[in-house]
Amino acid sequence: MIAFDIGWGTTLAIKAIIVLAIVPLTALILGYVFLLKMMSHMQSRLGPMDPGGFHGWFQLIGDGVKFMQKEDIMTKEADRRVFALAPAVVVLSTFLVFVVIPAGPRLVVAPLDVGIFYALAVSSLSVIGVLMAGWASANKFALLGALRAAAQLIAYELPLVLAVVGVVIQAGTMNLQGIVGAQQNGEIFGWGGLGQPYILTQFIGFALFMIAAQAELTQPPFDMPVAESELVAGYMVEYTGFRFLFFFIGEFGTAFAFSALAATMFLGGWSVPWVHGSAADVLGPLVLFAKVMLVAFLMFWARFTYPRLREDQLQALAWKWLIPIALINILVTGVLKVAF
Amino acid sequence: MPDDDATPEAEPEAASADGDAEATVASAATTLDPEATELLARLEAQLGDAVIEHGAAYGDVVVRVRPDAWLRTARVCRDDLGCDYLSFVSAIDWMPAPLLVDEGSGDTSTPAQPRETTYGTAGSDGRYQVFAIVESTQGARRRMVLKTDVDEQDLRAESWVSVYPGADWHERETWEMFGIEFDGHPALRHLYLPFEFEGHPLRKDYPLLAREVKPWPGLVDVEPMPGEDAGEEATPAVEAP
Amino acid sequence: MTTGTELPPPGQLPEVHVDPSMLRQLAESQVNVELDTGDMILNLGPQHPATHGTLRLVVRLDGERVIAADPVIGYMHRGYEKLTEFRTYPQITTLINRIDWLSSFANEVPFISGAEMLMGIEAPPRAQYIRTALTELSRIATFLLFLGEMGLQVGAITPAFYGFRDREYVLNLIEGVTGGRFHPNFNRIGGLKDDLPWGWYSECRSTMAKVLASCDEFENLVVGNPIFEQRTRSIGIIPAELGAAYGVSGSNIRASGVDWDLRRDGKPYLPYNELDWKVWTHPDGDSFARYWVRLQETRESARMVLQLLQQMPAGPVMAKVPRIIKVPEGEVWVNTENPLGEMGYYIVSKGATGPFRVKIRSASFSNVSILPWMLRGVYVPDIITILASLYFILGDIDR
Repeated sequence: MIAFDIGWGTTLAIKAIIVLAIVPLTALILGYVFLLKMMSHMQSRLGPMDPGGFHGWFQLIGDGVKFMQKEDIMTKEADRRVFALAPAVVVLSTFLVFVVIPAGPRLVVAPLDVGIFYALAVSSLSVIGVLMAGWASANKFALLGALRAAAQLIAYELPLVLAVVGVVIQAGTMNLQGIVGAQQNGEIFGWGGLGQPYILTQFIGFALFMIAAQAELTQPPFDMPVAESELVAGYMVEYTGFRFLFFFIGEFGTAFAFSALAATMFLGGWSVPWVHGSAADVLGPLVLFAKVMLVAFLMFWARFTYPRLREDQLQALAWKWLIPIALINILVTGVLKVAF
Repeated sequence: MPDDDATPEAEPEAASADGDAEATVASAATTLDPEATELLARLEAQLGDAVIEHGAAYGDVVVRVRPDAWLRTARVCRDDLGCDYLSFVSAIDWMPAPLLVDEGSGDTSTPAQPRETTYGTAGSDGRYQVFAIVESTQGARRRMVLKTDVDEQDLRAESWVSVYPGADWHERETWEMFGIEFDGHPALRHLYLPFEFEGHPLRKDYPLLAREVKPWPGLVDVEPMPGEDAGEEATPAVEAP
Repeated sequence: MTTGTELPPPGQLPEVHVDPSMLRQLAESQVNVELDTGDMILNLGPQHPATHGTLRLVVRLDGERVIAADPVIGYMHRGYEKLTEFRTYPQITTLINRIDWLSSFANEVPFISGAEMLMGIEAPPRAQYIRTALTELSRIATFLLFLGEMGLQVGAITPAFYGFRDREYVLNLIEGVTGGRFHPNFNRIGGLKDDLPWGWYSECRSTMAKVLASCDEFENLVVGNPIFEQRTRSIGIIPAELGAAYGVSGSNIRASGVDWDLRRDGKPYLPYNELDWKVWTHPDGDSFARYWVRLQETRESARMVLQLLQQMPAGPVMAKVPRIIKVPEGEVWVNTENPLGEMGYYIVSKGATGPFRVKIRSASFSNVSILPWMLRGVYVPDIITILASLYFILGDIDR
């Protein structure tokens, strides 16, 4: 492919710029396709149609510009520095997750050996951002939302991680490129035509991951922290303008990140079984994008259909149901891996 | 603007029609439903001479009891008559409304009420009365209208909260609108009006403040209709006070 | 140093047999004491998406549990009872439309019936049938909104859109007859202002078919949803006797198992006894029961409207009334089964063109008065569920 020598500094800079550009872009695409258009059509309405001419594709970009030029309001009692830092922390965690997601055999910013472990660890940084936002707002509603969020996010970390352990056992590695490779080169009962997407064997893990991801993103049915009809945006209630835009990008960027992780771990990521080498570098991103859209569709579909669970019901679901099922899944996977 | 009252030619016909209607209305007004008759009999059996007077209002029985038996009446209704449902508790001020318009002046801003004080069904002892309606959810058409007098010098009545907890809010509203205190109510405080409000609005001598601020019929400072001169008023019949 | 109370030394504490559930409660309260952060007073409203209008709910919270709740009402108090003393009967009809603005036709019916009773006039049968049809259409319109927005309050965004969309069909029907979607002002003493327009029958039939299909959709989408059931079952239980003592009426009390419907059990004010219909009750008394009862009543109302269309008599829609309406002296109490509950007017007339005193008994006033009792010990999200399931309208509370 491109065979000239670039220094590591330049490579790093290019990669950083790509990640910084991709995250808002993905947030935009996901937001537009699913939040504006899919949700509208499911609710028997059309969604934005005017901005940009064709089915309102410019709507979110216009919204972004609108947010950027708004006045930066901060209440008098708010803790200024913490208030300003909180959205940055949330978005930072999103950026850091994108670092390990592979889009092709050579298209990854940092192919870490602890790939998936690093991704999950770094995504839980957003909890700190949420707590900072809720506390620094000096608003009872925000505080209530932040405390709910903290409890929920911490509770659902466990099912998230445990669901992934099954995949790691089956792939034998935590490196995301390795997981993709294992799926690409694997076989289903001796037939290598489709590879071995782990969703077939780890379907329980996939379900658990999707549920836990939904909770990590504080989307309905787990959106108690942001319960619109109770807390009016929960921990984000005092944020306007570009700080709110950061939260928005963080939410949808993280949705994309989790969908990408799910697609990578369960659906085979960028890989298509019979395509290797440089062609995969070109095809990879498109394939990954298609799979991400599929997973995100499921995520957002559940979002618009279900009412929200109450805090204690939510916690009960995590601790009493998801974690035991995840543990059983790991046990069974381990046994089968050793046996076969 | 509507015309003046009925012209003399129309009056005899209206009078005769009213006469017939009055006859039928009077008969309907004074008959009691069979359920109401039974309820009245049982109530009188329990309360005895605490029942001062009773009347009929289109099938329903209206009973006036002595003020010191008001709470006892509630208990009898709930326990013995099976009326477990409280519809409301409120009050009536029988003083005739102060004259806002002259009879025959053509001012239709307020219906002209009769100038003499009359009391309605089952009469009254004075200006204020507390009245309540209780109904039964078991069995059809069992309801009673209960009234009691309130001494104008000492506006007090017994509270029903210990029998019907729903009376709590009704009595708060009656207190703030009429000024009648309820003995036994846990906390008589304002319900609708701001806490610093002075006065009791539903009393007849409390004016309708909207009319003080802006005379009927409201907007008088509009542009004249097309075709009228700027000097003519659009509404000549009403004069601002 | 004295400590006041002297405890026996450890090892000598008396043996006490404690109930296991008590032990659990003691343990929980112990935890609360350690994490005790003091009570928090939260102000829900008057501007809040969950309170339907300007209801302010001051709650004292311990963490996420409510210790005490106090509704503050009156932000929309318009002084109707005072205003009625200064208006003639036709003018009052315009006013009382706005008490419960979602089913405004139904507000006029008891008042007009009362005035007609005092005057000794009976509206012609056709007028009564059309009144019944429009009342039931208002009921359907209100309940469709409720079915949608209760899902919204619980967190499912989508049913609200379906509710509003289906309500539009019914509002078009009402507009076709009366000329007004929200405030028809169509009743007159002695009958109605106008007759039904051409084409209304077929339009109404097809709309009722849509309403029945929409109820099935709500049943699938909301009632069948396990999360909705988890959020509403056993939440906000109203015991039947306590509800009646508080004056809770309508679907709320029927959801507690009380078989009482003023259309069947009250004084006959509209020809409901000529139709074949059923009163729906549910034994549980929780929020789910209230949703379920209103769903069934919507279907029942749609079936009633279809029967009314079939049995509609011909004839005039207005009886002979004098031009200047002077209602003779007397008192009358008329209460009807409005969509929100029991609505009644106690009209005291002294023979003038306007009443002497009108006491307006509105359903939501009593439905909301039970909130301080009901909200003790519930979680904050349950407050929203309970408020949504009671279904009150601020204009009805505040008059």
